[in-house]
Amino acid sequence: MPDAAANPAADGEIVLDVADLSTQFRAGSATLRAVERVSFQLRRGRTLCIVGESGSGKSMTARSILRIVPHPGRITSGAIRFTPQGGGGPCVDLATLPAKGRQIRAIRGRDIAMVFQEPMTSLSPIHRIGWQIGEALLAHGLATRREAMARAVALLRQVEIPDPESAVARYPFEFSGGMRQRAMIAMALACNPKVLIADEPTTALDVTTQAEILRLIARLQQAHGLAVLFITHDMGVVAQIADDVLVMYQGEVVERADVQTLFAAPQHPYTRKLLDSARRLGMAAPSARVPRPPAAPVLQVRGLSVTYPGERRFLRPSRPGVAAVRNLDLDLFEGENLGIVGESGSGKTTLGSALIRVLRPSAGRIDYTPREGGQLELAGADRAGLRRAHRQIRMVFQDPFASLNPRMTVGQCIGEPLLVNGLMHGAVLAARVGALLELVGLPAAAQTRYPHAFSGGQRQRIVIARALALDPRLIIADEPTSALDVTLRSQILDLLLALQPKLGLSFILISHDLGVIRYFCDRIAVMYRGEIVETGPAEALCGAPSHAYTRALLAAVPEADPARRNLIGVAG
Amino acid sequence: MSRFILRRLLGMVPFMALVSITCFGLIKLPPGDFATNYAASLAAGGETVSQATLLSMREQYGLDRPFLVQYWRWIDGVAHGNFGYSFQWQQPVSTLIWGRMGLTLLLSLAALLFTWAIAFPIGVYSAVHKYSVFDYVFTFLGMLGLAVPGFLLGLVLMYIGIAYFGEDLGGLFSHHYLNAPWSLGRVADLLRHIWVPMVILGTSGAASLIRVMRANLLDQLHQPYVETARAKGLSEFTLLLRYPIRIALNPFVSTLGWVLPNLVSGSVIISIVLNLQTAGPLLLQALLSQDQYLAGAFLLLLCLLTVIGTLVSDILLALLDPRIRMQ
Repeated sequence: MPDAAANPAADGEIVLDVADLSTQFRAGSATLRAVERVSFQLRRGRTLCIVGESGSGKSMTARSILRIVPHPGRITSGAIRFTPQGGGGPCVDLATLPAKGRQIRAIRGRDIAMVFQEPMTSLSPIHRIGWQIGEALLAHGLATRREAMARAVALLRQVEIPDPESAVARYPFEFSGGMRQRAMIAMALACNPKVLIADEPTTALDVTTQAEILRLIARLQQAHGLAVLFITHDMGVVAQIADDVLVMYQGEVVERADVQTLFAAPQHPYTRKLLDSARRLGMAAPSARVPRPPAAPVLQVRGLSVTYPGERRFLRPSRPGVAAVRNLDLDLFEGENLGIVGESGSGKTTLGSALIRVLRPSAGRIDYTPREGGQLELAGADRAGLRRAHRQIRMVFQDPFASLNPRMTVGQCIGEPLLVNGLMHGAVLAARVGALLELVGLPAAAQTRYPHAFSGGQRQRIVIARALALDPRLIIADEPTSALDVTLRSQILDLLLALQPKLGLSFILISHDLGVIRYFCDRIAVMYRGEIVETGPAEALCGAPSHAYTRALLAAVPEADPARRNLIGVAG
Repeated sequence: MSRFILRRLLGMVPFMALVSITCFGLIKLPPGDFATNYAASLAAGGETVSQATLLSMREQYGLDRPFLVQYWRWIDGVAHGNFGYSFQWQQPVSTLIWGRMGLTLLLSLAALLFTWAIAFPIGVYSAVHKYSVFDYVFTFLGMLGLAVPGFLLGLVLMYIGIAYFGEDLGGLFSHHYLNAPWSLGRVADLLRHIWVPMVILGTSGAASLIRVMRANLLDQLHQPYVETARAKGLSEFTLLLRYPIRIALNPFVSTLGWVLPNLVSGSVIISIVLNLQTAGPLLLQALLSQDQYLAGAFLLLLCLLTVIGTLVSDILLALLDPRIRMQ
């Protein structure tokens, strides 16, 4: 289709003008001001990034434009002036249209399209990809069924999905996350919209996939002259793709600037905090983890394999199992922080579960040196051996909301390992729990409250206090910061680093985020398809990676510097 | 798909063989047999029957043979389409069952349609307008429908029919047409009577189905794919029909298999209360009097219907949901 002709407005012309927009949620007498007097302009061919943390109102701003704010939210003031032809063309104020009316429906999907965050759930599981892409064309009466299918094939080709002719007939569950997000983008582009709203479109994806999707959006923007509203929490992504930036905090815009100015001279303290967090995670921790003399090994892993059993089938040969971890060797020395980095499906979480023996390895040895000396082989350990090991090896999980029992008080959560091991009870236990809470920076009095009273960052502190309860020697942390906002991530990591010398801890940190790993770890092991492809000291490995996969991984990390657009390849 | 169906059909053969043994064993499990029951019922009426008569009766019906021999004679007959002879009714079992099954099928289908016609729109409305006035009204009525036992509702309706309209609402036919051959008048008479059991049988089903539909749909309404569809510019109605309702149907389809066996065994009490000539009361009677071939045929039919119902719902589910089809 002649895309340029469809968008007669010139580059830089204002397509969407949002002025003083407020969106509120009223429940009873309480009012949540989700969006508070927000103003901005979207220009043809330019990208505006809205950046902020969870709850800052950035997603609600996007939904307000399309008038798909969930009940009971509604726009209470402001104007959303949409000028599809640009300049002197006709203008319509979206804020005044009825949300379920014909007029706004005619704009949704046709003139303003949206890409959502969760590629796994944003596509209907039971409709074919091609149908879902073509549906918008049919709904707006822009094509016949046959034309819509042909257009779906063309769109899938545009978003670089291999073999688009057969891909249109597939279902979303046959696609990987990255492919689904490409399909989502194809769907959004179906009617040649003037404005593309992307709400955290790469947050759920691996870094290498994220880099591809960002490149794709940039390329399509140039080709179609789209005005893009890109919502993200990641300053690195902002630096890569933004022309203009809006920083939101608690529903309000606290700073607006073009991307160069914002990164060079941030004005608002919150912006500076966001930038600082992003930059800190780009380098090693300032505590400058000094190289220590070679210490004794705590954990020696040799030839470890974990195979998920295959499916036994009736009257047919059973399906073979999947080797999630293959013949893996690993060493951890006393007082060391070892990072395991890899993308989804690399087997890193399986490795963590096998090390703490939640999963039984199918082959190999895990030799653990307990604090009191001697050797403990974990791979084949019996119940008593595991009990002994579990007092000294503890785990911290990703989701602080799911890993605390909502029906137990914080004190019960933290005290449970001490109680079940019969170590202490009563007043002694309460005192110990109080001390643990203070250790992680929470008041001792917090132990009588329930987890729901705490924020994500505080909960993760509680989870850490629980891991510390038994005075462990080794903590395995699986994505401990992924569920947290950026400003909290470095806080949690700093907390762990501060505790380390006091308590004589060693860490295994499992993450997909190279920034987090680099900040925290002495040594890094890179996992790829169940194997460790490279191991080395953190700075050396990040500075001069030897394996191709490590290089690809490093190259895909968006740099928080608009002058160095390593992903898009165009200077800003 | 056809391979899947074929495999399932083949699998049914050994399964039904096992089921038939179990059924027969269950029928023979209570102490005594039809002869002792017969004697007991005569004794209750003040008559006596000689041991010799009972013995000859046992010999005639083969009740004195070992279990396996009796089973074999029965199942061999079944395999050849002969379901045996009912001791109590002195009629071939197949005549008895098929005579009742037609009406049962009609009534059950009517009740099912009534259930769906009521439950789907209300369930969808309740979910979409959650916590609205009408949602509360329907929820209240639904709870009422669930809580009131069907036979009580039947009694109340029959009382109202007699007391206020002077009409006997029991049965499926009025006296005049009870044993008459089929005619237009008889059909009209049936239609006049069938709505009462239809409503009664359908009410509790509709009540629970409303709750299920509401809960299923509520789970789906706020899924991201609904938002995606809304952002495409679909109208709310198209959107609702095409995405969340379509997916909320899956749990329905997977329970469809239970509807078929319910045709036979469901609503026994209501059928007795309303004096309906359906299969339920006949089955109960056969079990009570140890009329073993009649009871056995019923149980076998029940199991077969369950197996077929499950198969049908599995096939439907696979047609509806590609995720299941592709596995």
